[in-house]
Amino acid sequence: MRWEFESSRPIYLQIVTFLKESIASGVYPPGSRMPTVRDLALEAGVNPNTMQRAFAEMERDGLLHTERTTGRNVTEDTAVLEDLRRSLAQESVDEMLRRLGKLGMSSGEIVKMVAARAEEDAGRGEKIE
Amino acid sequence: MSILECKDLTKRYGSVTALDQMNLTLESGKIVGLLGPNGSGKTTLIKIANRLLQPTSGELLIAGSRPNEATKAIVSYLPDRSYLPEWMKVTELLEFYQDFYSDFDCAKAQELLKTLQIPDGMAMKKLSKGTKDKVQLILTMSRRAKVYLLDEPIAGVDPAARDYILRTIVSNYSEDALVLISTHLIADVESVLDEAVFLRQGKVILHKPIDTIREETGKSVDAYFREVFAC
Repeated sequence: MRWEFESSRPIYLQIVTFLKESIASGVYPPGSRMPTVRDLALEAGVNPNTMQRAFAEMERDGLLHTERTTGRNVTEDTAVLEDLRRSLAQESVDEMLRRLGKLGMSSGEIVKMVAARAEEDAGRGEKIE
Repeated sequence: MSILECKDLTKRYGSVTALDQMNLTLESGKIVGLLGPNGSGKTTLIKIANRLLQPTSGELLIAGSRPNEATKAIVSYLPDRSYLPEWMKVTELLEFYQDFYSDFDCAKAQELLKTLQIPDGMAMKKLSKGTKDKVQLILTMSRRAKVYLLDEPIAGVDPAARDYILRTIVSNYSEDALVLISTHLIADVESVLDEAVFLRQGKVILHKPIDTIREETGKSVDAYFREVFAC
């Protein structure tokens, strides 16, 4: 299965986003070994240089590090991982606010709706943290 | 390092100019899309690189030399039509390639052919077009070449076969080689390319990395192509 890419953004940035989400959600757990550039490029259906560029970007961000003996691993630094989780969550919130803003909703209304929805889920026994 | 270079390359067929003082420098280690509408000069360029045509003026250099026996030894070429003898069996084609090319990796070709599940002893003429195309591609990609020139490798096959072909290209090219893919099916190849070259009426009108085009235009290369070449 090739990965789906939207047309308006550079492919390497879309790969970075996808891999960050995969790390934050535990598909690639802390300290685990990442697939090789070539294997992941094949899975995604992209050029290996593009995948390499995405990996380099994530190494710069401290999310991946390369060990000479064990290959490329996901960081075990909990502070870095927590930052990642928060920044991805922040992006989702920003996106939601942008869309609701377009519908003309005030921040007060939005907060109420989110709270009501969270309560509803809690009532169904779903976990709210 | 530049491995393929065109300097004021011109090709005329009678009064028709197919390549018009074209300048282009391509580097090793890249997968490059040669993109342009029909008649823009894609096949002419690839044929000159294989010495199937002679330039009218200017020159094309591969690793510093005009196309000759030495460049043919490092260039793996996939023509835009079926060229293998129809009566040959796939096993005979493997021997054929081994005789012609010292860089042909027969074991690799056999490995790749296994996935196609072609019955032993089946002649080429008995195979479907899609399977024939795959066999040709496997032979082409099983050479350890410095330059792969692929003329319309995904034209005329179904979407699943396209994915198979692109995957075979990406997983088998030598990493220090140049892969030049000519096509007008841009959406299908876009994600496997490093760079795009747009050809119009025998001239290069754009040569940039794929992600740079996306960054600068906010569009996919496919969408940008449609805009540039709108009729």
